[in-house]
Amino acid sequence: MSASAIPAADARSAASRRPASRGQAPAPRKIKVAHPKAIAIFIVPFAVLFTLFYLVPIGYAIYQSLLVVERDGTFGKATEVFGGLTQYIAVFQNGPFWESITRVLAFGVVQVPVMLGLALLFALLLDSPLLRGKRFFRLAFFVPYAVPGVIAAIMWGFLYSPNLSPFTAITSNVSFLSADLVLWAIANVVTWVYVGYNMLIIYSALLAIPTEIYEAARLDGAGQLRIAWSIKIPLIMPAIVLTGIFSIIGTLQLLAEPQVFRTFSSAVTSTFTPNLMVYSTSSIPNVNLAAAFSVVLALATFVLSFSFLKFTQRKEGK
Amino acid sequence: MSALTESPTVARPAKRRAAANPAPKGPKESPLSRVGAMTVMLVFTLYFLIPIWWLFVAGTKSSSQFTSTNPLWFADFNLFENIGNLVAYRDGVFLKWMLNSALYAGAGALLATLFAGMAGYALAKYRFPGRELLFNIVLGGVLVPATALALPLFLIFSQVSLTNTFWAVFLPSLVSPFGVYLTRIFASASVPDELIEAARLDGAGEVRTFFTVSVKLMFPALVTVFLFQFVAIWNNFFLPLIMLRDETLFPVTLGLYAWNSQVNQIPELRGYVLIGALLSIIPLIILFLLLQRFWRNGLGAGSVK
Repeated sequence: MSASAIPAADARSAASRRPASRGQAPAPRKIKVAHPKAIAIFIVPFAVLFTLFYLVPIGYAIYQSLLVVERDGTFGKATEVFGGLTQYIAVFQNGPFWESITRVLAFGVVQVPVMLGLALLFALLLDSPLLRGKRFFRLAFFVPYAVPGVIAAIMWGFLYSPNLSPFTAITSNVSFLSADLVLWAIANVVTWVYVGYNMLIIYSALLAIPTEIYEAARLDGAGQLRIAWSIKIPLIMPAIVLTGIFSIIGTLQLLAEPQVFRTFSSAVTSTFTPNLMVYSTSSIPNVNLAAAFSVVLALATFVLSFSFLKFTQRKEGK
Repeated sequence: MSALTESPTVARPAKRRAAANPAPKGPKESPLSRVGAMTVMLVFTLYFLIPIWWLFVAGTKSSSQFTSTNPLWFADFNLFENIGNLVAYRDGVFLKWMLNSALYAGAGALLATLFAGMAGYALAKYRFPGRELLFNIVLGGVLVPATALALPLFLIFSQVSLTNTFWAVFLPSLVSPFGVYLTRIFASASVPDELIEAARLDGAGEVRTFFTVSVKLMFPALVTVFLFQFVAIWNNFFLPLIMLRDETLFPVTLGLYAWNSQVNQIPELRGYVLIGALLSIIPLIILFLLLQRFWRNGLGAGSVK
């Protein structure tokens, strides 16, 4: 993951040239490639699909975001013409869009550390000699991951609602679906679904550490807490970084849960998260502006997860 | 293993040292930290399982008892009657949704795993120009969120009049950049070059070697990729939401979402949403339980390297 991810950004620009030549044996190079036919058979199916359903859409979104719709009069025929950065200016002037970005960032700043902190705690406990019934806990905590986001949101929507919830003592006093709390109510749904998944990724990394490594620490009289803090956590840093990146990506993409919550709470508007914004803008329909939203969002996600990666690597390098 | 059996025999019996010993019957941790750890885990077990328990209990109740009885305990057991009603409702559209989901996710994940596995294997085991570049583009793909692609995919599919078809949801789900990443790492570590060389000497072709020898060695990684792609497709919401209008093409998540948003107009749907939600999570739970021992190994490979 680490070093090889760096040139990804400039690689993207070269992407359009790649796919065409990938199929044939690369003639102009001097290096002799063994088994070109087999390599082609292995690579081409993925490469074609990746190009069609990843690279082309990215390119097409950028292209669409550079167009504007012009009409002859109010009811005239609409034509798309090149508009330069018009849509991007609209994006940057769009208040609700930036509010939605701020909202998911606030969400992420709180929810991601809480979720990953819990996942790390559970993984360390599972890896410690303190627990019995580890198999049971591992499964019980992981089960929510099998619940699709939409279904989880429907379920928790019922659990939050003042009259249907089994916890009416709480829900009749605290209104989880109010404008103040609904974001955190959604954060709870996301946490509920993904803690176990992140716990397992971290736990598998812990299992891969050879136990002999702890021996020296034990002989030096280190307790479980000390071993966890000074040995285990540094060693599983790559796994934690990985879960961090996926969580950041996931946060910026929030869609299913808030979309479902619109049924339960009027506080969730059609511009609640950036992706809801993309969806509602595209169904107006203003696809060019929606495409510009998509591009800005993808770029923001990429920059954020990439700088998180760089940041954590630098800290590790010390 | 030897390290474990040796440590208790070390002469100097300091308590803290013994405490670090992970052998199952070994000397105790302080009871306080044991109790503390167990309490934390038990409390969170309730947090994780109560919502599912509630859903199960709700699924067994008739609609009149749903609001009038204890939400966390059974009343009259109407589970099978409820399932029967759900399946019969609107000519069995719910079953159709489940089948759609199974098809999108099952066939999609299978093919995605095959393609990702082949590409990851080639990237790990063959040298060819542009290999690193290709891998880096794929890694960039891991960081591009799938939902950012949903809208442009919709625009492209509408250019070729394929929106609102099976293919609009199925085809994009055949790509798993993360699968390429994971299988590449796993193949480098677990498929020895000597073995491929030996297969070559035996006269097996490269492709045949992959399918007969390498696939077996890569199996934990392949199962992991399959499972996570399966879950990703099964849970996918934005793409079907934006692509599909025809109810008979819906995956179960989109179908239940649609019902749930009409609950205010058609109150009878609430019961169907609940029992449907319950039924829709069972396949995934079964799949995870069955394939446990594979995906746990595979997961480790991806995160450690």
